[in-house]
Amino acid sequence: MFARLAAVDETSVSLRIDGEPIEARPGDTVAAALLAAGFQHCRTSAVSGALRAPYCMMGVCFDCLVNIDGVGNRQSCLVPVREGMKVELQRGKRAPVA
Amino acid sequence: MKPPATRTGFDVAVIGGGLVGSALSFGLARAGQRVVLLDEGDAAVRASRANFALVWVQSKGLGLPEYAGWTIRSSNAWGEFAALLKSETGLDVGFERPGGFHLALSEAELERRALQLKRLHNQPGIVTYETEIVDRKRLELSLSGLGRDVVGGSFCPLDGHCNSLRLHHALHTALFNRGVRYLASHKVEDIAYNAGEFALRTGQRELRAGKIVIAAGNASMQLAPLVGLVAPMKPNRGQIIVTERVQPFLRHPIVTLRQTDEGTIMIGDSQLDGIDPDEVTMPIISVMAARAIRMFPILARLNVVRTWSGIRVMTHDGFPIYDQSETCPGAFLVCCHSGVTLAANHAFTLASMISRGRLDADSVGVFSARRFDVR
Repeated sequence: MFARLAAVDETSVSLRIDGEPIEARPGDTVAAALLAAGFQHCRTSAVSGALRAPYCMMGVCFDCLVNIDGVGNRQSCLVPVREGMKVELQRGKRAPVA
Repeated sequence: MKPPATRTGFDVAVIGGGLVGSALSFGLARAGQRVVLLDEGDAAVRASRANFALVWVQSKGLGLPEYAGWTIRSSNAWGEFAALLKSETGLDVGFERPGGFHLALSEAELERRALQLKRLHNQPGIVTYETEIVDRKRLELSLSGLGRDVVGGSFCPLDGHCNSLRLHHALHTALFNRGVRYLASHKVEDIAYNAGEFALRTGQRELRAGKIVIAAGNASMQLAPLVGLVAPMKPNRGQIIVTERVQPFLRHPIVTLRQTDEGTIMIGDSQLDGIDPDEVTMPIISVMAARAIRMFPILARLNVVRTWSGIRVMTHDGFPIYDQSETCPGAFLVCCHSGVTLAANHAFTLASMISRGRLDADSVGVFSARRFDVR
């Protein structure tokens, strides 16, 4: 659905989404990396379980929540990718213990 | 005294579309009355949108033992009330009664709590019900993740909670289904009584009804004298903190802390005299949050998504006022803090008395505002 523009910087950052390795670009947010990698959703909602995907991409809508390195409900549009990062799609409510 | 005759318009006009007015309207409609429910507009101070949603028994009734019995009656009727709303609207108001706790964060707090309960239950004439002081070991059987500062507390099996916004929604859905006329932005400005009929002047139009019920929260103070009643109020402000939704970890409501059916944690129970509803006071919510974290340390890792403050409907002595006018027969006053806890009583017991035109002195006479008179 999303195609990247020709890159100025060809270096890449490796991270894992639900255990699967993906490549992102330095400076990507986790949300951008998810979308560029072809993910159509990043979570299921906390009450009805409906699929949700990043929407505003600027920290307002809270629809892009994922689990990053063991912490649930992180706004993936506000977190830059880091080498070795472990991301999990957010399934329903997060666990209370971080 | 015979109930006023109905002429034109409605059998009964209920003033106030919050939980108290809505529950009464629901009960009146079930009793076959033609009801109009008059509400203010969006700028109104709405306690029913800001509350903590406990259906709470323990601690109630110090100074007026009958209030304990009245509260227990409602707690016991709540299951049937919730089931009835479900069957009429399909909405589940999330009522649960797993029993609730007070938690003490020091031995001194626990002693104060024990003394409070002793004074409450030593009152002559108070109904007997189970509330016990419990130690840390007993707490650990019911609550996981307790902080090390928690030394004990009290437990009452009659305590519960619900989703109060959905309760409000369900009541209004039931009213709509039953043909109750709901008029928003109809703040009542004047009430005239003439020969068995009330005329209510609003900014929009004039309405007529054979009976009226003033259920306007703190604003009842201004309306009650128009029909020969008094509603001495002393509103105060409460604040609430809400966290992100998390998987269920807290099965029992704590008086200052509960997990909602949809996963958020609500932290509440501050009391301030100021009544500006737009203001949230940082020092107060810091104390609330700090105490909550001492009770359950895992809360420290949760994100807060909202805080708000609301104005409690509070009578001068904290107990409900249920009254009927002697000079304007057919005018009733229903004014109380616990619109959630008492919703079942309001819908079942009080509404049927009002539909018959007379409050039953044996069961609710003690809640008349005449108790404030100098005698």
